[in-house]
Amino acid sequence: MSDGPQPPPQRVRVTGPARSATRRTPLPRVGEIDAATPVGEIYLASLLREQQRLAVVVLGTLFLVLGAVPLVFHLWPSLAAHRLAGIPVAWWALGVLAYPFLFTLGAFYVRRAERNERDFAALVDAGGEDA
Amino acid sequence: MNAAAGIVAVVLVSVATLAIGTWGLRFSRTTSDFYVASRTVRPGLNASAIGGEYLSAASFLGVAGLVLVYGADMLWYPVGWTAGYLVLLVLVAAPLRRSGAYTLPDFAEARTGSRRVRGLCSLMVVAIGWLYLLPQFQGAGVTLAATTGAPLWAGPVVVAAVVLVNVGSGGMRSITFVQAFQYWLKLTALLLPAAVLLVVWMQDGHPSATPAEQSAWDLPIAGDGAIGLYTTWSLIIATFLGTMGLPHVVVRFYTNPDGRAARRTTLFVLALLGLFYLLPPVYAALGRVYAGGLADSGHGDTLVLELPGLMLSGVGADLLTGLVTAGAFAAFLSTSSGLSIAVAGVLSQDVTGRFVRGSGSPVTAFRLGVALAVLVPAVAAVGAPEVPVAKVVGLAFAVAASTFAPLLLLGIWWRGLTAAGAVAGLVVGGLGSAVSTAWTLAERHPTGWVDALLAEPAAWSVPLACLVMVGVSRATRDTVPPHVRRFLVRLHTPEAVELDRG
Repeated sequence: MSDGPQPPPQRVRVTGPARSATRRTPLPRVGEIDAATPVGEIYLASLLREQQRLAVVVLGTLFLVLGAVPLVFHLWPSLAAHRLAGIPVAWWALGVLAYPFLFTLGAFYVRRAERNERDFAALVDAGGEDA
Repeated sequence: MNAAAGIVAVVLVSVATLAIGTWGLRFSRTTSDFYVASRTVRPGLNASAIGGEYLSAASFLGVAGLVLVYGADMLWYPVGWTAGYLVLLVLVAAPLRRSGAYTLPDFAEARTGSRRVRGLCSLMVVAIGWLYLLPQFQGAGVTLAATTGAPLWAGPVVVAAVVLVNVGSGGMRSITFVQAFQYWLKLTALLLPAAVLLVVWMQDGHPSATPAEQSAWDLPIAGDGAIGLYTTWSLIIATFLGTMGLPHVVVRFYTNPDGRAARRTTLFVLALLGLFYLLPPVYAALGRVYAGGLADSGHGDTLVLELPGLMLSGVGADLLTGLVTAGAFAAFLSTSSGLSIAVAGVLSQDVTGRFVRGSGSPVTAFRLGVALAVLVPAVAAVGAPEVPVAKVVGLAFAVAASTFAPLLLLGIWWRGLTAAGAVAGLVVGGLGSAVSTAWTLAERHPTGWVDALLAEPAAWSVPLACLVMVGVSRATRDTVPPHVRRFLVRLHTPEAVELDRG
């Protein structure tokens, strides 16, 4: 927006995903997405569907597993008195084990989401020749 | 307790914060630096900064105190605050970064194409930000009073002054270094004393607490029967979904270089938060043995600060007390800085930017925004009666979960969202959660279902906001903005694919 008087331009402000420097002419299948053709719609819809399914699996696991903890203790309150290595089980579950569980779910999600995106990129980039 | 240790700790943390902020200043030149550090922060550094910003006084002091007083059901707070980042990772991290917007109102306007939605979002960012800042400032007052005997207004004044100087001079770029430093300071300040105190406990022959009501304390449900179950589940929903709607959390995602880095940063944050949250329960368990008086009096918030003095004496106690005081103060400073940046970003775009024009005006507008963002809650913190910290932070989470969470969720994953639907959902969710909490803050003796439903509104207010958003959007489906398809393409397509993202 405003840079004051114009000194030598040492600093370039990037206001969106870096793209202009390496811009090539869009490949054919990319063009299909840009032009919102039926084929492009199908590509994008398939990516969205994959990512949504992944999100449902990960969040479903999260809410089912952690949401079950209060229910289990509600149904069997005597569980609270049980101890493992001197520490009550509820403390093991919520004080310790919950965190590696969350991290594992997150790592799983990142791996799968990036794989979905790589597959999508390969699909649209491979376009041209065989299309 | 030795006042000198506390004063030295507070001074050292403030000086270190200002020094690192000034050092980071060398890199801050453009408006983009101020708002989003020019989007070039690497995942490791960025994750430390997010951890530093996110772990507020509620985490550093509050969790240990709550667990001490109320027992294992309070462990849901740290678990929920961490799980909130997993939900954020799965639903919004990468698309939000790719949206290319600066702030939440920017995103809302880009998605719905409506100035009205933008204005409403700006209002809510400022409201949630101030709501969250108020207990931070008051907590600083209580901490300073407990460790140094200073008057209650001293804490808010010191924190406000340091934040004002730091954020106002360097913006997001320099605050990134400050907050990364503060995460590691907070971790050390909790880890080292915990290790020493555990050794002391071993040497004492590991005494255990009196077994009275022990199993109730170990039960991870908030209260008896169905109400307890409802309250716990509602708390889970509020914390899991509230995180993604907190303005200072969201604004940090725009500092990542790209969507992939945004995901990796979030994963890193999950590890850092998990590491940190292992520690507060240790203090609570030790407090159960050594600080029974605190548990009975119900004033658990000072447990972390007082435990070293209760278990040790002499120089060792002073050193450890100084260390935890430093950590607590770092918590106030970093969270207040992050919130001030988020609020100032919105204020400078929508309010102060209109009054300042000419060369250098964006930076001037940002600085004015910071002043406004810090001074209003600071004055309120000094003037207003003390509010219960955990309750107000809980309110902020519930409001965020009932407003911004549905907006982000539907805006990113559903084509059908319209401007009218967004406004209706934001209003219903915001009013529902805000009215409930106002009721709860006023109600002294909560009993029965009505009070339980209003005390933890998330379980009904979040689905209600989503339903209203979807319903009204369906009814106004003709007004779906024409650019939505293109916008969703941009959000979900990996950067490796060279789309026309215009």
